[in-house]
Amino acid sequence: MHPAPSIILFTTLSGLGYGLAAVLGLGLLDASGLSVKVAHLAALAMIAGGLLSSTLHLGNPQRAWRALSQWWSSWLSREGVMAILTFVPLTISAWFAVVEGGYQPVAGLVGAAMCGITVYCTAMIYASLRSIQAWNTGFTPLCYLLFAGAGGFLLASVAGYASGAGGTVCAVIAALFVVAAWLAKHQWWTRLRALAPLSTPESATGLGNIGRVRLFERPHINDNYLTREMGFKVARKHALKLSRLAILAGGAMPIVLLIVAIVAGGGAVAVIAAMLAVLLYALGLAVERWLFFAEARHAVMNYYGG
Amino acid sequence: MKSEPHLALSEPVSDEVRKTTCYMCACRCGIDVHLKDGKVRYIEGNRDHPVNRGVLCAKGSAGIMQHYAPARLRAPLLRTGPRGSGEFKEISWDEALALATGWLDGVRQDDPKKLAFFTGRDQSQSLTGFWAQQFGTPNYAAHGGFCSVNMAAAGIMTIGGAFWEFGAPDWDRTKLFVMFGVAEDHDSNPIKIGISKLKKRGARFVSVNPVRTGYSAVADNWIGIRPGTDGLLILAVVHELLKSRKIDVDYIVRYSNATWLVVDAPGTAEHGLFVRDDNGKPQVFETVTEHVVPLGTKGARAALSGRVELPDGRYAVPSFQLLAEKYLDPQYAPEAVARETGVSAEVIRGLAAEIARVAFDEAISIDQPWTDMNGERHEAFIGRPVSFHAMRGLSAHSNGFQTARALHMLQVLIGAVDCPGAFRFEPPYPKPIEAHPTPHGKAEHFGSNKPLSGPHLGFPRGPEDLLIDAQGRPMRIDKAFSWDAPISAHGLMHMVIANAHAGDPYPIDLMFLYMANMAWNSSMNTAGVIKMLEDKDPATGEYRIPKIIYSDAYSSEMVAYADLVLPDTTYLERHDCISLLDRPISEPDAVQDAIRWPVVEPDRDVRGFQTVLLDLGSRLKLPGFVDSRGKALYKDYADYIVRHERRPGIGPLAGFRGSNGDRAGRGAINPEQLDRYIENGSFFSAHIPLEAQFFKHANKAYQDFAVRMGFFDEPKPVTFQLYQETLQKFRLSAEGLREPVAPETHRERILAAFDPLPVWYRPFEEAAVSREDYPYHAITQRPAAMYHSWGSMNAWLRQIHTRNPLYVPAAICDEIGLVDGDWVWVISHHGRIKVEAARMEAVNSSTIWTWNAIGKREGAWALDKDAPEAKKGFLMNHLIHELLPPKGDGMRWSNSDPITGQAAWYDLRVRIEKADRAEVSEPHFSALAQPGGERPHVDELRYGQEWAK
Amino acid sequence: MTLLPSVPTPRKLGLVIDLDVCVGCHACVISCKEWNTGGYGAALSDQDPYGADVSGTFLNRIHTFEVVPEGGQVIGEAGEARIVHFPKSCLHCEDAPCVTVCPTGASYKRAEDGIVLVDESKCIGCGLCAWSCAYGAREMDLAAGVMKKCTLCVDRIYNETLKEVDRVPSCVRTCPANARHFGDLADPGSEVSRMVAERGGFDLMPEQGTRPTNKYLPPRARKPLAASAGAAVLAENTDGAKGFFAWLDGMLDRI
Ligand SMILES: Nc1nc2c(c(=O)[nH]1)N[C@H]1C(S)=C(S)[C@@H](COP(=O)(O)OP(=O)(O)OC[C@H]3O[C@@H](n4cnc5c(=O)[nH]c(N)nc54)[C@H](O)[C@@H]3O)O[C@H]1N2
Ligand SMILES: Nc1nc2c(c(=O)[nH]1)N[C@H]1C(S)=C(S)[C@@H](COP(=O)(O)OP(=O)(O)OC[C@H]3O[C@@H](n4cnc5c(=O)[nH]c(N)nc54)[C@H](O)[C@@H]3O)O[C@H]1N2
Ligand code: SF4
Ligand code: SF4
Ligand code: SF4
Ligand code: SF4
Ligand code: SF4
Ligand SMILES: [Mo]
Repeated sequence: MHPAPSIILFTTLSGLGYGLAAVLGLGLLDASGLSVKVAHLAALAMIAGGLLSSTLHLGNPQRAWRALSQWWSSWLSREGVMAILTFVPLTISAWFAVVEGGYQPVAGLVGAAMCGITVYCTAMIYASLRSIQAWNTGFTPLCYLLFAGAGGFLLASVAGYASGAGGTVCAVIAALFVVAAWLAKHQWWTRLRALAPLSTPESATGLGNIGRVRLFERPHINDNYLTREMGFKVARKHALKLSRLAILAGGAMPIVLLIVAIVAGGGAVAVIAAMLAVLLYALGLAVERWLFFAEARHAVMNYYGG
Repeated sequence: MKSEPHLALSEPVSDEVRKTTCYMCACRCGIDVHLKDGKVRYIEGNRDHPVNRGVLCAKGSAGIMQHYAPARLRAPLLRTGPRGSGEFKEISWDEALALATGWLDGVRQDDPKKLAFFTGRDQSQSLTGFWAQQFGTPNYAAHGGFCSVNMAAAGIMTIGGAFWEFGAPDWDRTKLFVMFGVAEDHDSNPIKIGISKLKKRGARFVSVNPVRTGYSAVADNWIGIRPGTDGLLILAVVHELLKSRKIDVDYIVRYSNATWLVVDAPGTAEHGLFVRDDNGKPQVFETVTEHVVPLGTKGARAALSGRVELPDGRYAVPSFQLLAEKYLDPQYAPEAVARETGVSAEVIRGLAAEIARVAFDEAISIDQPWTDMNGERHEAFIGRPVSFHAMRGLSAHSNGFQTARALHMLQVLIGAVDCPGAFRFEPPYPKPIEAHPTPHGKAEHFGSNKPLSGPHLGFPRGPEDLLIDAQGRPMRIDKAFSWDAPISAHGLMHMVIANAHAGDPYPIDLMFLYMANMAWNSSMNTAGVIKMLEDKDPATGEYRIPKIIYSDAYSSEMVAYADLVLPDTTYLERHDCISLLDRPISEPDAVQDAIRWPVVEPDRDVRGFQTVLLDLGSRLKLPGFVDSRGKALYKDYADYIVRHERRPGIGPLAGFRGSNGDRAGRGAINPEQLDRYIENGSFFSAHIPLEAQFFKHANKAYQDFAVRMGFFDEPKPVTFQLYQETLQKFRLSAEGLREPVAPETHRERILAAFDPLPVWYRPFEEAAVSREDYPYHAITQRPAAMYHSWGSMNAWLRQIHTRNPLYVPAAICDEIGLVDGDWVWVISHHGRIKVEAARMEAVNSSTIWTWNAIGKREGAWALDKDAPEAKKGFLMNHLIHELLPPKGDGMRWSNSDPITGQAAWYDLRVRIEKADRAEVSEPHFSALAQPGGERPHVDELRYGQEWAK
Repeated sequence: MTLLPSVPTPRKLGLVIDLDVCVGCHACVISCKEWNTGGYGAALSDQDPYGADVSGTFLNRIHTFEVVPEGGQVIGEAGEARIVHFPKSCLHCEDAPCVTVCPTGASYKRAEDGIVLVDESKCIGCGLCAWSCAYGAREMDLAAGVMKKCTLCVDRIYNETLKEVDRVPSCVRTCPANARHFGDLADPGSEVSRMVAERGGFDLMPEQGTRPTNKYLPPRARKPLAASAGAAVLAENTDGAKGFFAWLDGMLDRI
């Protein structure tokens, strides 16, 4: 699948945003701290930014509101609806934090839950597609949720360390989430790489009983919408290299940095370590998301020799 | 749940439907052009049209994009830059016609042979030929010489008609259909409709073709033959049939020259000719009375074998004996030919067995009494439901004439010509050779300011009809009807530029071309031809070919080489006539012709070429174009179509003649004729009575019908010429026994090739080059969705074939380590090209191929300069030389069939070498300018958006 | 309306495509483009139409496959590779994922006849339906920004301004090889259903669980020519010309 920058940006940013918002909603941090207030606003900005970027690839963005109408069947619609609904508790929480300087547990907890659901919906857009076998697994939402959680706690630990309270708790949980997320992702990759294709050129053409089927001529020799959208292929060699890079940047290094922060227990060292951890994690996540698309083979490629 | 949106499902498609005839290829299907707001909304097949019965191919449906293509020429063009630059200025028609008239008139006064007038994809040859004849140049032909004259000439000379456009399989009845070397053919929609019918009925379809695409892909059996060896395969089948006595004896006795006695007197001028009486009647041996009697003697039972002494003491044998002895020879046994053809003996034997079984065990009968030309009544039409079809895979080889003859011989031997279930003639065919003219163009046939004394093209009956001078030198610029190509019935268009450039046999002043992309895909040795067109005489600084007038409708590669361009309309903007005098669209059951008419008006300063030609004819005051006072006889082509008469009562169109429009074939001029055609869907069809539908070559009712329709003035039955006497006459000349005597240089080749019975010999190029150096065959195929070079300007069609890979057999790929996308050098004795390769399994293991004419010259066809057609597309033509490799005999022979001069496109032998990856195929040529000024770049097309609902 | 019809549609209109006769001529491709570019919804645009990266929206495309036997069914002479031309447009699936994923309700399956359509006035061009379709039957029109797909020529098949015979999809009407058939696959007595039953019509990628309406007819089994070589037809053998001419004389007597 074509790794469109707007979609990668969207899932990365909104994942981080929802993660942070959810963690903030748990009330682990002192809402009166400046950095926590900033965190609330940052979470909203990331979510909004992500959503906005996701409309960039629409052919007719002016009708985007229509995407809210089909929540009874469409995960994309559900995601849209949830995204908007989630803004309500998140805005209330943010209001309380920024204006009142306090934590509103009902809004916070409801918001946290809704963040989770929204992230789940996002993941299910992909996971529900049978045509893309790589995504069509329960591991997909699991990964999305764990990555969002990890990102949330990582960001929260920055805020915690910066405001002087709750940093270590968040950092410890963040580390656990980071480990869990990459373990889940590892499973996802293991599954992907062992996958026997559900559909093959033989099943796609029904000609398997005659012999081995190979594309001879494309219908139109140049690329078309389908091959541009679904025909992206990353070499296995590069995929392995990139996945290691993702684990290193988004997993190993953040853990080391988190340990540094935990050991430091606070202060500038912890803040900087946690911030670095976040940046590296975001980089790792972006690579992971790029691969998420680039490695996924669409069933239609059975018709295009891909 | 909300309700579904309301859809307006019954919107009218268009404001108006105009029915005309497609011209995206030569199949000439009927089309319904839907017009909306004055624009073409939709083109679909005319369901009532006998050719296509409603269906349309990709090209036909893409007519919209052709009609509105930016590559259309907009006004007459006068060259301003050097030839090949593409720099022109647009001029008025008055200027253009005055200029052309001046040039033409000069030549006509001075020496009319200095005009070479050749036409390509022409569908108005009866007009262009007539014009050339009235002009008086001997140098006229259409494209048949480089196309499929082998097929046409062999068919006409053997059975009185050819596969080409003059016959078709009996699709509704045939039980075994064997197709040789066809990718698309002219009859493309009828063939597809036909194949589909066969499949539905469970009839067997065998395709003999080195490549298994298109029709071959759906064939029941594919025989992946090695190119150039079909003759052997066919003769091996004949061998098997003779050996097992699966011959329709009654049929060959009645309808062929099998019983005719052939003089057996080696070393005499009569050897191998038919024994004839004083009236020229062939003689047969009557076995009851044991007398030699004239053919047709009542009650005579003619022998098919035996050696008889003639009254004058010479000996003679029935031609069939020669035939049987020849092919019963073990050299034609399946085992003996398996290696050369690449077809296993089992498959050959299986093919022969199927042919025999279906022909004789599954014979069919139509209970319709009929009477033959001898007055004998038959109770039914007996059919041998085996049919054949062949096209350029056979004919585009230097042994193609004899191969096509072999196939026709096979058809006759099993009694499968024009009977139910077999190949059937389409009127006005069959036509015996006597009904065709002999060629005109000898010195005494033309001169300053006078018409040629007869038609240019025809069939020589012997060496005496050659167009040569006293020294044996060719009279025509293309050397047609000379010793080089004695029976070049369609001329040799592919030799015109090379000969004119070399001044051999003489230089010319003016080349006038119509609808032929000779600077590109219809030339062999394209790069060489481009050089010849650009070449100047250093002494005078003038171009070697001094003046070139060209008519095209689009900015093709050839346009850049013209000095004066006469822009044609598109096919939707003009009158055209698909005439029985020309290349008709008849069916076996019906006589048919058709027209085109302007269903939309041109929006540019362009004119229909035929109208322009008539205008030129009247400006030149050519007889037939002006009246006695020098006034133009015809207002325009539409007027000509209606009022021109070749013989009294016979004009371009057969339908709706007579003052009431109720006469068919013969009849007075009907001023309303075109309106009647338009009302009828732009075609005319007259059914042949059932009694006359089969055995047309010998059917009295058909012959009478043909006379009524005006094909002939008296019945002209055909006797199938298994043994071809004309060819033997050339052999006698080559033996020095007959006048004119063939030159020494040509004797060997005439003796080898002009066998009066079909033979196979190795194609010349293959025989001339080393098998080790050039181990593979290289051929092209027509893509269904492209017509030669024109498809690339069509925004929809070009997406299908934006470039062409070279398809290489899997075994060769594995041998040299090729994977898809690798580049290779393809090298022939003449040149090398560098192209992108792709793997293929379903192909003869020694044959590489590509789609024809996809490669384009940069800048042509109003395509962007970086269009893939110009970057990665390529032509095989660069590898094909118009001459054969030198043999050491001091001659450079033309790369053509030695009998007909047919261009031997598919004789090409090559080797391939892996090359570095590249972005641009080689050779690559400098970019042409867009004639008449660059067109604005088009970012996006949204055709029909204004009608979006 | 993004939900699929809750009960099976009373009619299942669709195409049956005969792989045994499709010669890969692309007639249906262009005819489809031509009909639809001035018909239902936005025009089918072409980008860079005369340039290097030309591409366009097509609702029906012909793929060409090479099939190399691996001890499977013998097709032609044993062991020979063959080419199969493969037309593909929307299969109007019964369990059409393209419909259920659509967030706007633009994609829907008609309850009456099962045709899957896009209501372009609602489509935001998110592309998700194209992702969900395993068959590649949906193409975003880059000029209009809306999803295009085969409409089964809904504006022809019910079009009362057309003659009855012409109320069939454009691609079906034009196919020179008669490889495309249109009809109601819910009616077991319909011609298309009978064809499917007789010829063993099959679904593409049944494992995708989409239950396509369109069916494909497989290439027919072939009888090798070599199998006829041993047949009795050629058994009669007269060894050489002499015997042959003796036989000829006999034949002549019978005429
Ligand atoms: N390698 C290889 N070369 C081949 C062949 C092959 O098989 N392999 N085949 C050969 C054969 S059989 C043939 S017939 C030739 C064909 O070769 P050409 O006769 O050159 O055929 P086209 O490319 O169709 O070119 C015809 C020209 O007519 C122009 N034209 C189109 N419509 C109109 C119109 O309405 N009016 C006018 N005035 N002009 C128009 C086109 O723009 C084009 O420039 O190619 C030959 N060349
Ligand atoms: N779509 C489309 N239709 C066309 C044209 C076009 O350009 N496009 N051009 C028109 C013209 S001008 C012509 S002349 C006709 C030609 O119509 P075809 O004769 O169908 O044209 P080719 O593509 O030359 O096909 C020749 C076939 O012969 C095969 N072949 C080559 N060598 C041999 C051999 O030695 N033996 C056998 N058995 N087969 C061999 C090739 O693989 C190929 O399939 O088509 C006409 N129709
Ligand atoms: S075969 Fe195609 S291009 Fe040729 S006349 Fe018919 S519809 Fe037109
Ligand atoms: S083929 Fe694709 S677009 Fe058509 S109904 Fe099935 S899933 Fe939807
Ligand atoms: S592209 Fe249009 S039809 Fe497809 S899912 Fe999105 S909104 Fe629905
Ligand atoms: S049914 Fe209509 S829309 Fe669908 S592929 Fe055929 S022509 Fe195109
Ligand atoms: S029109 Fe018919 S034969 Fe041609 S590609 Fe389409 S389905 Fe195949
Ligand atoms: Mo041709």
